[in-house]
Amino acid sequence: MSAQTDPLYPGMTLEAADRDSHDAAEPVIFGFWIFLMSDLLLFAVLFATYAAMSTHGQADAPGPRELFELGSIFIETMLLLGSTFTFGMASLAMKYDQGAGAVVFWMVVTGLLGAGFLGFEISDFYQFAVIEGAPPQASGFLSSFYALVATHGLHVASALVWMVVMFVQIAVFGLSREVKLRIMRLALFWHMLDVVWVGIFTFVFLFGVVQ
Amino acid sequence: MNKRLTPKIDAACKRDLRQYTIGYVLAMILSLAAFVIVWQGLVAGLTALAVLSVLATVQIVVHFHYFLHIGLEKSHRDDLYLILFTVLIVALMVAGTIWILYDQHSRM
Amino acid sequence: MSDWYWIFGNLKWNSLVFFHAFESPSASEEIAAGAALMVILGGLWLVWLLTVKGWWRPLWRDWLTSPDHKKIGIMYVVVALVMLARAVAEAVVMRLQQAVAVNDPGFLSADHFGQLFSTHGTIMIFFMAMPFLTGVINYVMPQQIGARDVSFPVMNAVSLALTTAGAVLVMVSLVFGQFETGGWTAYPPYTGIRFSPGEGVDYWIWAVSLSSIGTTLSGINFAVTIYKERAPGMTLMRMPLFTWTTLCTAILMIFAMIPLTAATAMLALDRYAGFHFFTTDKGGDMMNYANLFWLFGHPEVYILILPAFGVFSEVIPVFSGKRLYGYTSLVWATMAIAVLSFTVWLHHFFTMGQSANLNAVFGFATMTIGVPTGVKVYDWMLTMYRGRLRFTTAMLFSVMFLVTFVVGGITGVMLANPTVDFATHNTLFLVAHFHNMLIPGLLFGMIAAMQFWFPKAFGFRLDERWGKISFWCWSIGFYVAFMPLYALGLMGAMRRSFEWYQPEFLPYLVVAAGGALLILCGLIALFVQLWVSVKHRDQLRVPAGDPWDAHSLEWMSAAPAPEWNFAVIPEVHGREAFLEAKRDGTAYLPPERYEDIHLPAHSAMAPLIGVGALALGFGLTWHIWWMVAAGFIGIWAVVIARSFVTDTGHVIPADVVQREHERWLELVRNTPAVDRGVEQQSENLGHAEAVI
Repeated sequence: MSAQTDPLYPGMTLEAADRDSHDAAEPVIFGFWIFLMSDLLLFAVLFATYAAMSTHGQADAPGPRELFELGSIFIETMLLLGSTFTFGMASLAMKYDQGAGAVVFWMVVTGLLGAGFLGFEISDFYQFAVIEGAPPQASGFLSSFYALVATHGLHVASALVWMVVMFVQIAVFGLSREVKLRIMRLALFWHMLDVVWVGIFTFVFLFGVVQ
Repeated sequence: MNKRLTPKIDAACKRDLRQYTIGYVLAMILSLAAFVIVWQGLVAGLTALAVLSVLATVQIVVHFHYFLHIGLEKSHRDDLYLILFTVLIVALMVAGTIWILYDQHSRM
Repeated sequence: MSDWYWIFGNLKWNSLVFFHAFESPSASEEIAAGAALMVILGGLWLVWLLTVKGWWRPLWRDWLTSPDHKKIGIMYVVVALVMLARAVAEAVVMRLQQAVAVNDPGFLSADHFGQLFSTHGTIMIFFMAMPFLTGVINYVMPQQIGARDVSFPVMNAVSLALTTAGAVLVMVSLVFGQFETGGWTAYPPYTGIRFSPGEGVDYWIWAVSLSSIGTTLSGINFAVTIYKERAPGMTLMRMPLFTWTTLCTAILMIFAMIPLTAATAMLALDRYAGFHFFTTDKGGDMMNYANLFWLFGHPEVYILILPAFGVFSEVIPVFSGKRLYGYTSLVWATMAIAVLSFTVWLHHFFTMGQSANLNAVFGFATMTIGVPTGVKVYDWMLTMYRGRLRFTTAMLFSVMFLVTFVVGGITGVMLANPTVDFATHNTLFLVAHFHNMLIPGLLFGMIAAMQFWFPKAFGFRLDERWGKISFWCWSIGFYVAFMPLYALGLMGAMRRSFEWYQPEFLPYLVVAAGGALLILCGLIALFVQLWVSVKHRDQLRVPAGDPWDAHSLEWMSAAPAPEWNFAVIPEVHGREAFLEAKRDGTAYLPPERYEDIHLPAHSAMAPLIGVGALALGFGLTWHIWWMVAAGFIGIWAVVIARSFVTDTGHVIPADVVQREHERWLELVRNTPAVDRGVEQQSENLGHAEAVI
């Protein structure tokens, strides 16, 4: 591979401490970026569907204003923002070769924040669907609401599973090149989920309550 | 457990740390602003929607820049183009869908 | 719900298609039972053949577990040809039914007819066209850019496994239960649980979902390969045009399959979990389904057509003995088409009730696409202009494409006008139009690709006589079958009708049925051609690798190419890299030194995921929940297990590469370079005398 010094791909690079992994990363990270973009489009389609159904699909079920409580959404937002920062710390620990311990520590913190986010989200869903009588089967609006928000939640959940697999891999292989590349991709995935959440708390929850 | 880093890398590490911190602080401010606007009812109606949209857009750009490290440097162009193309497709699909469905709905 | 629900789900004895043929015998049921019998006998014959010939092991070791893009490409094409045979047979049955069903119920039940047009469309798009073009891209593109493989070889195999699982699911629907009857687009509310409670729509949902996930992964793979694996010196504007169209197709695959996946997932949520995305009550909006489906569906049209454009851009210059005319304009036209294809989806539902202004905007956008396409047609014509044309089968299909495609394009511009569309919507005029685009614009391209690259893949040419018989049957058959449909459409004949009450339709329908039979002859001739060519392969061999005096890099190796494609990655100094190398006399020079080559190791991951995906799809269709769980967990277990495998490659030592490569160079030196006049005779051993 060439010895050029420019970073070959964006995101967390490894060029400082691990030149070989840095070069091997190029197609893998670029491919993952493309996947992320198509994933982003999936959310865009769900957003567009929600945008239409949130106004004309309410039928006689509760609408956004009756349903949404911003309190827990705010807590979820803070948890996810915090987790994005802590994953950044994990990436830095990996980039500057500060040892597997530091990487694992920051990833565990990230995972806990993510699990906390999911916990609040599930309790929100329980509140809406069971206590307030607004399950996804009640109206087109609620179908599109749960589909959008739960798709994001499922992404977070699968990222948590991925994280657990990475802990096992760090234990088995240490911070080998393959493991580093996977953590880098997980980091991109995690940051991207935060971007999607910005869209969700703004266009779903805040838009739903304002007026 | 820390390995000894050369001074150059150490400086780079500090710079990266600063980037994440700036990004985190900006993201916090922008999110807080959005929530406060709604909680306090500072603006209402369409203005509120416009302000919230702008805040969200800025925050998304912040996330892309500080956490996903997308910039205008030449070496990042491939990925920037990829993202911009995605933005174009997203805009077409979202705007088109909303336009079509609202138009149909208004005629029912 | 029976006692056996927890084991068999909704599957019962009378789900077997044969059951109905015994219970209520009729021509329609017997045809269905016959088709099911063919699937079963075909499967048994395959098992018998593999066992008798002892091919199980080689099949598993050399093919199913192989990450080699060339083998994956060939397997894709095999899937496509099998599915093509089924879908053409269905077309013939439908044409015959319509021809005898004037004031008469004919021999098919309405329900069976509905299944036929639904499977015909679904198969032709998702399990014939897509695998065919993905296969050709897989085989050709990495060699064209001087790469050893795609960027993610095992993921490539996974894509194939997912697509194949979807295809198998459609085949299984011939034996167990029914397929859906709502057409290949499966519009709700008809396909919602209320109006289609059976398993048919579920078959469609899961078959299509598997294939679209596989296609998204293929798109990512192709795009990264083209961006990152090009040989040194091959800048974007030096890429062969087929690679360019592949890049644009890949981008479309990445973005266009997503709305489809979303739409099928929402339809599934409606059907399985009582959601209200597309229902008629509680705020459901079935128009959004049409919107999402065509957000996918229109770019899909260009996913299908662009690779064929690429094929013609390779075939026409080679058999005209000229360079491609207007390279830059072809590149820009391709990109323009790719972007514009995302701006026109509403023209598929002009009649759905939105306002006239909105229709007009999309009508204009639609007509705009005609411009870059027109540019391409002129470029191909000017490539042929004053060339020394050789009418091989591949070239004949390309020329027939040009003529026929323009006719289809013109009717397309007619339909792009919303006022015309209101009169012709859902008539046979539309059916004639899109067959007029896709048969030349996809199928002729893929057949031409097969004729063109077959010698590269297998080391011998295809028999020209049977190729030409096939060509004439296909082309005449196309015109005889579809021109009457234009007329019928304008007379008001609606598509998907299984019975008619207008005697004046009869002559047109009979002619169209004759055309369908001719097309069937064309298909049979294609299979005969394969058979005859394999039988006479010794007279058709082209081991030196360049039977057509071709232009691009994939021809700069032996036929068939070694597993590693190139002994040494070639340096590229201009467009038409191989042509340049032949002119400079550098094409067949030994390299200065050889190096070890790293290739990806074989992996059982893909076939295992394919089995898991099939279990998942079948289980979901029949509500067999243990099978769903097993399939889902199985797939992810395989993925996670795979991530623990560290030995993912094997090395070909430099001396093996050297031996192999020098044997080929020796062969080329000892093979006389032949004139194009004897291209189709046994003297053509694959060493061409330069024309340009």
